Amino acid sequence: MRRLRALAALATVTALSGATLTACGGGTSTGGEGSNASPKTLTYWASNQGPNIAADKKILTPELKKFEQQTGIKVKLEVIPWSDLLNRILAATTSGQGPDVLNIGNTWSSSLQATGALLPWDAENFKAIGGKDRFVDAALGSTGTEGKDPAAVPLYSLSYALYYNKAMFKEAGISKPPATWDDLVTVGKKLSKDGKWALGAEGSNLVNNIHQAFALGKQHGADFFDAQGKPTFTSNGAVSAVKQYVDFMAKDKIIAPGNAEYAQNQSLRDFAQGKTAMVLWQAAATTFEAQGMKPDDWGVAPVPVASGKPGAERQVNSMVAGINLAVFKNTDNLDGARKFVKFMTSDAEQAHLNKAYGSIPPVTAAQKDAAFDRQDTAVLRDTLRKSAAPLPQVPNESQFETSVGTAIKKLFADAAAGRPVTTESVKSELSKAQQQMPKS
Amino acid sequence: MTTLTTPPPSKERAAPPAGKRPSRLRLPARLRRVSLPYLLLLPALLLELVVHLIPMGVGIVMSFKELTQFFIRDWGAAPWTGLDNYKLSVDFDAPVGEALLHSFFVTVAFTVLSVGLCWLIGTAAAVFMQEHFRGRGLLRAVFLIPYALPVYAAVITWSFMFQRDTGLINHVLHDQLGLTDSRPFWLIGDNSFVALLTVSVWKGWPFAFLIVMAGLQNIPKEQYEAAAIDGAGMWQQVRRITLPSLRPVNQVLVLVLFLWTFNDFNTPYVLFGKSAPEAADLISIHIYQSSFVTWNFGTGSAMSVLLLLFLLLVTAGYLLVTSRGRKTADV
Repeated sequence: MRRLRALAALATVTALSGATLTACGGGTSTGGEGSNASPKTLTYWASNQGPNIAADKKILTPELKKFEQQTGIKVKLEVIPWSDLLNRILAATTSGQGPDVLNIGNTWSSSLQATGALLPWDAENFKAIGGKDRFVDAALGSTGTEGKDPAAVPLYSLSYALYYNKAMFKEAGISKPPATWDDLVTVGKKLSKDGKWALGAEGSNLVNNIHQAFALGKQHGADFFDAQGKPTFTSNGAVSAVKQYVDFMAKDKIIAPGNAEYAQNQSLRDFAQGKTAMVLWQAAATTFEAQGMKPDDWGVAPVPVASGKPGAERQVNSMVAGINLAVFKNTDNLDGARKFVKFMTSDAEQAHLNKAYGSIPPVTAAQKDAAFDRQDTAVLRDTLRKSAAPLPQVPNESQFETSVGTAIKKLFADAAAGRPVTTESVKSELSKAQQQMPKS
Repeated sequence: MTTLTTPPPSKERAAPPAGKRPSRLRLPARLRRVSLPYLLLLPALLLELVVHLIPMGVGIVMSFKELTQFFIRDWGAAPWTGLDNYKLSVDFDAPVGEALLHSFFVTVAFTVLSVGLCWLIGTAAAVFMQEHFRGRGLLRAVFLIPYALPVYAAVITWSFMFQRDTGLINHVLHDQLGLTDSRPFWLIGDNSFVALLTVSVWKGWPFAFLIVMAGLQNIPKEQYEAAAIDGAGMWQQVRRITLPSLRPVNQVLVLVLFLWTFNDFNTPYVLFGKSAPEAADLISIHIYQSSFVTWNFGTGSAMSVLLLLFLLLVTAGYLLVTSRGRKTADV
């Protein structure tokens, strides 16, 4: 009997300690840089860039085969939808059980850098992929907090443009796309009639809300964070920017109230069906074609600015959008991971992959490819070069996307329900968002 | 108890088979009697420990730490903050506490209405289905469809139906029946509470139906026959026989529905995404947003602990009241 009790106790203790180890394992033991314990394989988490996951696999698989032929390293690919990506990365960070190489949204760079899970791209690592000079400055601006080694390497670059329906413009007697916001409202009022609307929006999509508010904020001289990384959501510029954006629905009435609940790119569907004349979007061409539009049906112009001339500082008209490639610090194949990043950022692969996705290569040499001279890609490329700014590179950036994005979503809901949107109500929502930000 | 500790001598023990030592036989016999139940429970206990108790303990520890993105990789290194996370959660004058309190009230209202309606519809359907009629089997199967469907697929279908401009709900309400002046929003604004409640009741009542139907099978038919002879009508039979007989079943049913509904995460998440409208901001999604979306895991843990305490209190109170009620009823 006593022996049995001892045995049971032992079993319990073993199970307990095993469980405890599992509960807090991962991450803690693998503090340093990765090893080369399994040099023949890599796991790669790609973000969903194409119209669906199958399309991404079709685009990437032949390239990964090419990499295998060149290096003998087999790459296991997993394409992850955007809605899951950040949670998956967080789970991998906590458990230490993640991929070797992964795509991250470039606006998350600083937030993820703060976790310490990503390999820093110091001079030596950059040398392994051909040097920092190969990349466009704007794209490098979205790879981590200023003054620190980047947490990732730019892979695909994007910016916002104004897409407009040529036939609807012609019908309303409008000869050219609006260059200033005043123009946009004027032509918008002409276009918004008979159940058709001038501008599309995704009022319930937090991230899209942030992108629009950020570019407008820059034009109003607001950054949403101060130099110390503290939130300044209630500055006059920030309030004016958010109000201007929501007013397109609330006051100017050029956005359909129904857009307040859009979050699944329904505004692109409306555009393709001729219900909406304009959208502010990043690289929408492939989606429009997939929904039955012909490239001649739409035009692409720079996003309006107050002066009509996009350029430096207050004439910013887009955030630097895009995807970065990062390496998990505790990878078992550090050399292989660096080789893979070198391959993916090589001139040839950059031209090929960015062409396939309709994005712009963040590698200068690859931008020279004629494919990026097309009307829409040329606008995106010039915007990136001249008038795009990276979102605040602060550790709390991802919280900013959620809190301010939610505030704008609420304001859109008010506008859609016909409730007034005033400077005070905008300020109050932004103030609530600011107070919900974590202290650090 | 004495019979357990000093068992009567068995035949086996009195006459052990030849060639075997009695001491080796005594152990399995005692083992079976005294230790076997514990041994059989051991795997379940261990699993409970690993799956529930240890993570719960970890969660409680986390709630006393300042756990943000800077420390999630090695949460043990996060600095202790004492009760700060709790203070932040219950400071109802500041936005964080105010929002938590608001979501708590929304959840209470939602739970009471949802559980009440699920129970009412489920019970009514079960009583109705006691009658024999043509197509009863088919109808019963149809009733169970919402319960059998994968939650995600079902709720996402609802979210399509609730869309303002293209959804089926507004098409029927506004275009076909003309019940509303304009097309109402269901997924944003105040109506989102109604949308959430609709989906929750649609999803939950078949379970109530199933359980009540099983409970009804146990009520002897003779009681109804006797009551009918005594002149009791349908409603009196339900009130005097059906409901009292279902009491033990209902006690468990309401408790389970309450816990499931109060903690429901899937329905609001699929319907509204990461940030639910204020009117439908259930506490589960609110805590999720506090910890996983704003990466403030310490505060999220503190909120979870508070929620756990509340649910424990309510459950204990409920069990106390219902069991006391049963005792008086038995007496």
